[in-house]
Amino acid sequence: MSRLQVELPGLTLKNPVMPASGCFGFGKEYSQFYDLSLLGAIMVKATTREVRFGNPTPRVAETSSGMLNAIGLQNPGLDHVLQHELKWLEQYDVPVIANVAGSTIEDYEQVAEAISKAPNVHALEINISCPNVKEGGIAFGTHPDTARELTEKVKRVSSVPVYIKLSPNVSSITEMAYAVEEGGADGLSMINTLLGMRLDSRTGKPVIANKTGGLSGPAIKPVALRMVYEVSQKTTLPIIAMGGVSDEMDVIDFISAGASAVAVGTANFVDPLVCPEIIKNLNNILEEWEIEHIHDLRGRSWKDIGEAAYHRS
Amino acid sequence: MIGQENMKIVSHQEIAANIFELVLEGELTKKMTSPGQFVHLKVTSGNDPLLRRPISICSINQEMNQFTMLYRVSGNGTKVLSERAPGAVVHVLGPLGNGFPDDYLKEGEQALLIGGGIGVPPLYELSKRLVHKGVHVTHILGFQTESDMFYKNEFEKLGETHIATADGTHGVKGFVTDVAEQLSIQPDAYFTCGPSPMLKAVESKYETINGFISMEQRMGCGIGACLACVCHVAGDESGLKYKKVCSDGPVFKSGEVVI
Ligand SMILES: Cc1cc2nc3c(=O)[nH]c(=O)nc-3n(C[C@H](O)[C@H](O)[C@H](O)COP(=O)(O)OP(=O)(O)OC[C@H]3O[C@@H](n4cnc5c(N)ncnc54)[C@H](O)[C@@H]3O)c2cc1C
Ligand SMILES: Cc1cc2nc3c(=O)[nH]c(=O)nc-3n(C[C@H](O)[C@H](O)[C@H](O)COP(=O)(O)O)c2cc1C
Ligand code: FES
Repeated sequence: MSRLQVELPGLTLKNPVMPASGCFGFGKEYSQFYDLSLLGAIMVKATTREVRFGNPTPRVAETSSGMLNAIGLQNPGLDHVLQHELKWLEQYDVPVIANVAGSTIEDYEQVAEAISKAPNVHALEINISCPNVKEGGIAFGTHPDTARELTEKVKRVSSVPVYIKLSPNVSSITEMAYAVEEGGADGLSMINTLLGMRLDSRTGKPVIANKTGGLSGPAIKPVALRMVYEVSQKTTLPIIAMGGVSDEMDVIDFISAGASAVAVGTANFVDPLVCPEIIKNLNNILEEWEIEHIHDLRGRSWKDIGEAAYHRS
Repeated sequence: MIGQENMKIVSHQEIAANIFELVLEGELTKKMTSPGQFVHLKVTSGNDPLLRRPISICSINQEMNQFTMLYRVSGNGTKVLSERAPGAVVHVLGPLGNGFPDDYLKEGEQALLIGGGIGVPPLYELSKRLVHKGVHVTHILGFQTESDMFYKNEFEKLGETHIATADGTHGVKGFVTDVAEQLSIQPDAYFTCGPSPMLKAVESKYETINGFISMEQRMGCGIGACLACVCHVAGDESGLKYKKVCSDGPVFKSGEVVI
């Protein structure tokens, strides 16, 4: 087994690196730059039952070492995603993690049931944490009881393992993790964006048409890292971590904090080749450090493993 | 094909108030074929500024392996860029998007090129190519004030050039459409780039002829993946159809999208 291969519920990953949802479309644009089969997996753009235009523009703004977005879950709708986007991705040897969003529990159930049957969808990522839509999304991600109920219902209809994408916009992310674990989640993905805003200093008005947006990029890494560190000690669920990852050291940090795999979002916009580059560099650095397997580093920020981390039995 | 390269700054100078001319050299130039395309610049390495900045290609010199951009210092990113000295490298992703067609008009036909402010630069390479084909070009360039004005001489060498300034310090006082009112020529097509209100005014003034309009929108990826830069399709009542400015545009046919 290669030092980067990772086994997670529903997923055999060649490596623990994948693009994050919404930052990679359905892969087509990035396929101009490299072979998508190099990736551990692909987390595709959120899919809703019906086609959505999303929010008015401007939809993005830059902030110190980060960016705000309020795309508003624009997507071509379930049928189109199944018939075109996922079909197109079948040419690649890469598992797809389908990101599911909706306004009602029924929406989530319908999309989850249908999309989980696509042959290349190996897991679902349930987006209960989008801060940019009025109804649904984050409404499910901030109340433990609704999150638990949603998880149970989606689990019942899904043909593949279910990862719940947690929002950092809560007072206790551990409580949310407990709730979805009780609901039967197979894994967690965290974190979605942090709600923020930017004003045009001259006019005093918000830059983004939606007024507020989700903060991502290197600026949020410390928050994400702390949350993964906390949650990974409290649940047994595997975590796919994201938040500001832009190089192999960021990946190592998240694995050390307790994650099992890592997703790369905003960094794709800065460098379209960032994912294959991280994968290559990650392998090199582990070789240099003489680490047999990436998971030998997992949770070392809090595990009392001493020497064992470097000498796997 | 989109490429990426660390390109060398061969010259960099302020040519008008806060307007810089930047010339970069590198192999990526070979891929630049269409006027009106743009590049996505990482103005400096590191996380601040984080995102790339979209800047139009203003002119392409294949023999020298160089291309030129003109930009206005408007915020932090362009400020940092303006401080980069010749010899330094800038990371370029591009060329991106679809530019102006330079084969839409035939020899002897009339083209009207209308640019506003920092929308003027992409019209320069276009004008050169049209002139090379024997198309007659007329330029209308709009600026806030005389000290903002740039490339007047360069455009005059290619064809008739009219200037409008909002404060009347140079040329006609008012907007590009005020100049257009006074022109006697009947263009066979128009090509325009500038702020949205100007594009709107130009599109409605020339309702009866075909035009090509370059749109501006805030961008994330610049390659069509993030959906930051969408605009509505004209005449679509569902409100669900869209085009991406970065990859379907930035140049659209008149009447194609909602400005
Ligand atoms: C296709 C295209 C071609 C362009 N060509 C030119 C050109 O040739 N010359 C030129 O001077 N400018 C051009 N612009 C505008 C230029 O991209 C912005 O002025 C620049 O990004 C401002 O960056 P900043 O960091 O200085 O400003 P800030 O306001 O600090 O930027 C913050 C964020 O907003 C974005 N932003 C701010 N203003 C604009 C704008 N007007 N359009 C798009 N994004 C913006 C920035 O890219 C950045 O992500 C073009 C824009 C587009 C979309
Ligand atoms: C432009 C943009 C669009 C996004 N769209 C989605 C989405 O559709 N579904 C989702 O679950 N997360 C979405 N996200 C959140 C990312 O998947 C990720 O959780 C977050 O950006 C943090 O990672 P990063 O700092 O590496 O970008 C989006 C983020 C950005 C920047
Ligand atoms: S900027 Fe990302 S889709 Fe246009």
